[in-house]
Amino acid sequence: MPTSIPEQELMEPGHTACQGCGATLAMRYVLKALGKKTVVSVPASCWAVIPGAMPNRTLDIPMVYTPFAATGASISGLREALDIRGDSDYNVVGFAGDGGTADIGLQSLSGAMERGHNVFYIMYDNEGYMNTGVQRSGSTPYGAETTTTPVGLDRNFKKQQKKVVADIMMAQGVPYVATATIAYPEDLIRKVQNAKKTNGPKFIQILAPCPTGWYYPPEKTIEVSRMAVQSRMFPLYEYSMGTFRLTRPSKPVSVKEYVQSQKRFSHMDEDEISILQEEVDRRWEGLLEKETH
Amino acid sequence: MVELVLVPLAETSSRANHTGLWRTLKPVIDYSSCIRCEICWKFCPDNAINLEDGRKTPAPNQKVIAFSIPVIDYDYCKGCGICANECPEKCIEMNFEEE
Repeated sequence: MPTSIPEQELMEPGHTACQGCGATLAMRYVLKALGKKTVVSVPASCWAVIPGAMPNRTLDIPMVYTPFAATGASISGLREALDIRGDSDYNVVGFAGDGGTADIGLQSLSGAMERGHNVFYIMYDNEGYMNTGVQRSGSTPYGAETTTTPVGLDRNFKKQQKKVVADIMMAQGVPYVATATIAYPEDLIRKVQNAKKTNGPKFIQILAPCPTGWYYPPEKTIEVSRMAVQSRMFPLYEYSMGTFRLTRPSKPVSVKEYVQSQKRFSHMDEDEISILQEEVDRRWEGLLEKETH
Repeated sequence: MVELVLVPLAETSSRANHTGLWRTLKPVIDYSSCIRCEICWKFCPDNAINLEDGRKTPAPNQKVIAFSIPVIDYDYCKGCGICANECPEKCIEMNFEEE
């Protein structure tokens, strides 16, 4: 029986990710979609430690470590150098977390996208700086508890709404922008393969739930990822050369159900959940409007 | 042309790390009710499930007997339990590791 996703594995077992890690699945699917002729550039992030200590590597393809703020610059350079050497058939992929994309690396990402290099920028979004001990990032949603937004008696949970980098990229006019999540690998792989057909910069944001930082049991990773789409907390869409396509969830669930699945939201009361629900609805309406235009 | 390497290079495969030692819960597949849907293989974050020939393994019916079976590599399985949670037939059981 043919498998629903490519059988080729370019990620090896024995890496040091946590049990039930979502980010490793994101990398596994992206490499399945792109194949062997790929170069990955990784800034400081969970993926900088997943391959293990120094003599170890976990990917069967070249992987370059780059400073935190320089993923965009590094993929631009890799692309131009490979083109000069005549290796234009190689895919150049920047694989950064949400801290390295939404906060620290936003200027170099925006610059690389503006210069129009033929590169992929994959942001795996685990909604915080999980590698350094669960600090808040721009991509952390409203209401979440992290170690820099501890709830305590003063209720200092994150009061700001999530910054969605894919929306920023769409506003900037990047030719291919998509969001995907690990619960739907066929969709994720199809989006990466569609992106490959576009000549120019491509940006894909992948929601990768983190059992360590979101405080839920590791076996629920796929379930939480699926619920994020069904509750519209993380809408899936594809924007390619001006056409926008939004995926409507088949079994909608409320934001309340999603929030109850993770301990990082366990302190939230009804009013706070309704603030989050309103923001989710507002964003969904905005995306629906985009589809009709 | 001589290629000078000016950066540290990592060449050892991470297969040398037997991350199966982290495990407290061990997944066990009951092949007699496994429908070979490969969902566990698809969602394994540790690449610890391989697809192998399963013609001699018991199967719930004759239709699926020619398909490949998921086999768990206990050297690398960290015991996260995603496979057991996502299995549509609920034929993967998580048992406590014994001494």
